[in-house]
Amino acid sequence: MKAQGFTILAVAMDARTEAARPWIEAAKPSYPCLIDHDHRVAELYNMVNVPQAVWIDETGRIVRPTESAGAYEGFRAMDRTTRTVPDEVAEITTRAKRTYVDAVRDWALRGESSHHAFDARRATAHLTLPDERIAEAHAHFRLGQVLRRRGETAEAETHFAEARRLHPDSWNIWRQTAAVDARGLASGPEFWARVDALGSRRYYAPVDMEGMPD
Amino acid sequence: MVTVIHGERETEVARARVVGDALWLSSADVERATGWALTPDGFCRDSACVPIPRGREAALVDGDTIDLAALWRHMGHPVVQNGAASAWVLGTAAGERADALRSLMAPDFTLPDLGGHQHALSDYRGKKVLLVTWASW
Repeated sequence: MKAQGFTILAVAMDARTEAARPWIEAAKPSYPCLIDHDHRVAELYNMVNVPQAVWIDETGRIVRPTESAGAYEGFRAMDRTTRTVPDEVAEITTRAKRTYVDAVRDWALRGESSHHAFDARRATAHLTLPDERIAEAHAHFRLGQVLRRRGETAEAETHFAEARRLHPDSWNIWRQTAAVDARGLASGPEFWARVDALGSRRYYAPVDMEGMPD
Repeated sequence: MVTVIHGERETEVARARVVGDALWLSSADVERATGWALTPDGFCRDSACVPIPRGREAALVDGDTIDLAALWRHMGHPVVQNGAASAWVLGTAAGERADALRSLMAPDFTLPDLGGHQHALSDYRGKKVLLVTWASW
């Protein structure tokens, strides 16, 4: 996407640079890829998951606040033995991503005249704002990261546990501090148990955009 | 030695006095760690000032030293420290984060790329920015 006056800023919510490095090197991106060890961007923008996006105009104003970046939770329909997703669900996932990318492209080319860019009233209405428990969770997560870097992993874990308790909606905090498998993924039985516990609640909040799945 | 963590700052402070939940620092160290400074108008950063609460001056300020943890809590922000009281996170209240978002001005940050080069969001003023997160996990 090479529109004039547009850039992607990709931010990896990764406590260790080396975990993010192979992905970035393989993608050979033409845009900056930043590493956010302490999830500071998640704190500033009240993010709870990846991928999430914020659209920011030339003047630094938010024209779409934090939202899922074209992600659809089709993985919930996955067969957990074969790790396959039914074709019709995979198709929804593909369509969601394409719809979102098309919307970004439209905005990149047409700016504020794109109907995907919210005016101030709509942008405000779409904000999700943190509460005091979330603010405190981020403080515990931050302390945990500092202690982890010092090698004080046991005490780091007590602060991570407190962060998870205070901000149970944050998959960023939960997955970053959970055990990972050989592929580096926090998607073991505990992850699935947590996903199942969502019930009818969403893993990715629906995006208010024409053509996106509900 | 105490590490004070606030926003993008992680500041080593050689001379700190910890008494229970109190973190006494020199006013110079407080300013270095937080950007906030004790002035005749109160506790101030940029154009914002918080008056030192009346009747609590002696509990919060002792000569040139300040109980930063108590003052921070008084401002409504979270304060979290480790058991050895050698690392203190001075967090930011939800209300302040919410006000920033409600202004619709994108909160600025500075982060490194793989090569260690620092990028600020504000470096990209004049362009539309799709700020998008991902993770390896």
